[in-house]
Amino acid sequence: MNPEVALPILIPFVAGSLSLVFFRSNAAQRWIGVIGTGALLVSSLVLLYNTWSHGVLVMEMGNWPAPFGIVLVSDLLGAIMTVLAGIMGFAVAVYSLPSISADHETFGYYPLTHLLLAGVCGAFLTGDIFNLYVWVEVLLIASFGLLILGGERGQMEGAVKYVTLNLFSSIMLLAGVGLTYGMTGTLNMADLAVKLPEVENQGLVTVVAMLFLVSFGIKSAAFPLFFWLPASYHTPPVAVSALFAGLLTKVGVYALYRFFTLLFSHDVGYTHELLLWMAGFTMITGVLGAAAHYEMRRILSFHIVSQIGYMIMGLALYTPLALIGGVFYIVHHIIVKANLFLVAGVVYFLRGSYELKEVGGVWHTRPWLGLLFLVPAMSLAGIPPLSGFFGKYMLIRAGVEVESWGIVLVALVVGLLTLFSMVKIWAEAFWKAQPEETGERARRFEAALPQSAVVLMVLPIIGLAAITVFIGLGAQPIYAIANAAAAQLLDSSDYIEAVLGVRP
Amino acid sequence: MTTMGSLILRTASRFLLPLLLLFSVFMLLRGHDEPGGGFIAGLVAATGFALYLFAFDAGRTRELMWADPRVLFGLGLLAATLAGVPPILVGEPFFTAMWWPIEVPGLGEIKLSTPLVFDIGVYLVVLGGVMTIVLALAEAEE
Repeated sequence: MNPEVALPILIPFVAGSLSLVFFRSNAAQRWIGVIGTGALLVSSLVLLYNTWSHGVLVMEMGNWPAPFGIVLVSDLLGAIMTVLAGIMGFAVAVYSLPSISADHETFGYYPLTHLLLAGVCGAFLTGDIFNLYVWVEVLLIASFGLLILGGERGQMEGAVKYVTLNLFSSIMLLAGVGLTYGMTGTLNMADLAVKLPEVENQGLVTVVAMLFLVSFGIKSAAFPLFFWLPASYHTPPVAVSALFAGLLTKVGVYALYRFFTLLFSHDVGYTHELLLWMAGFTMITGVLGAAAHYEMRRILSFHIVSQIGYMIMGLALYTPLALIGGVFYIVHHIIVKANLFLVAGVVYFLRGSYELKEVGGVWHTRPWLGLLFLVPAMSLAGIPPLSGFFGKYMLIRAGVEVESWGIVLVALVVGLLTLFSMVKIWAEAFWKAQPEETGERARRFEAALPQSAVVLMVLPIIGLAAITVFIGLGAQPIYAIANAAAAQLLDSSDYIEAVLGVRP
Repeated sequence: MTTMGSLILRTASRFLLPLLLLFSVFMLLRGHDEPGGGFIAGLVAATGFALYLFAFDAGRTRELMWADPRVLFGLGLLAATLAGVPPILVGEPFFTAMWWPIEVPGLGEIKLSTPLVFDIGVYLVVLGGVMTIVLALAEAEE
């Protein structure tokens, strides 16, 4: 009996329904937003601590025993992801206070955000593949709502692509779940891990694995079906973009990690080879797309795609070091990527545009914002001693160890091009002078921005930047957790024993 | 919207609304072991209000409902979520069903339970959700 396993799902649901009850009062919703996500963060930290000290935690929902009922399982990977969801939720809730307009609040920004967080945490903690599908739908429905909040033309255009491809991916996922149930007669992940290797027709198992690969590949914006992401992520309010950038694609990556270690690791030569190609192409297309753009949020969106490639690379190499690197990279990436979006948002509120050609001179008026941008930007590019360096180092070293030179080369070149993109934003938005044509608008925006709003927006940025520096300078504890998480992924007997009660 | 309200429809909906609401409560309460339950009961209740909306208009329907549908939706979600919590307090897993049967003179045994609270939550969510959509559509048309 571990109530803490259910709390990260319960808290956002309660907070979400409370903010619906108080939908008339934006102030009440703001308070519920900050307190609710704060409670989520605390409960997820407790969960991680207990999972770390007691091993895999299981809760059988409604007291129905596994494998018949739905179980919630918290292993280290799931707990780490939940903590990241808590950090993201809290940071974005504080950032939303000054940056989300009253109109958006009235149209349900806060209930949808809580629902999104509940879906994300549910997906991280469930131990049942159909239940995973349900949580993914919950978070998708919430994200549809958040994406079109405000109803501008560009948002609708992005949302059409986003909804279409994600629904397609959900159909594939559901088909895969159905076929898996037909083959094995169970939906419980631990039970599947025992029964899938015993299926007579192993060719069919690989086919089903491919269905899941395509489905989660779309959701994590991996090559070749990634284009919904750069088409839609730059359209909603920037706090929403940051939340999406930090969490949504990572649910897909998490599911890939879960499925292709616990369930489909019988034909590694085929499935993980395919994943490796996917990883390489994802990195290259993402970074080249970013190099071609001059709108801050579009550049950052394309970089999400290229970074997803690194995470999949860790899974695809499938060695202990590669998985450690992959988990480390996910932790680093979520913090850094969301932070970059938050900084871009502040630049927008100071200058009135996301176009690099129309902004400039932020360094001269607010040098500390430039420094706060440099921390996540240089970390994303992998400059030591920041967090990105260690993630990339481990992944590339893992690649060298198995002599997979192609992916090593790609990872190194993409790192360099990432640096180019980050320096481009730095030079254009911060260093060069404010262009004359748009100077009037920039002065108007800066004058209209109260000091308290700046403080509230910068606080989460400072917090996330501090975490980035901490992961970089104190990489050892994070490495230890990632190490233990990777060990659990490679040897699933702990997970299976915790759920089913017998050692496989 | 108002053009649709004939005298027959107006009169009929006045009588049908309380009947439908009573029927929905009946469906809600018998639901756990027999056909029925919160979802279908919520739809029946929403049908009653929707009929009233067709006969009259959005403003009067809002007045008739004692709370804004969005508040109903939130309260329902809250009730459904909290229905899972009591088992945790006595050391059982989340969402374990708990039953408190009580004898009421004249009525027989009444089974109070956490699934009943959950069903009431679903009822309110469905009623609130459907009415939010229907009222928004009606008001957009008006």
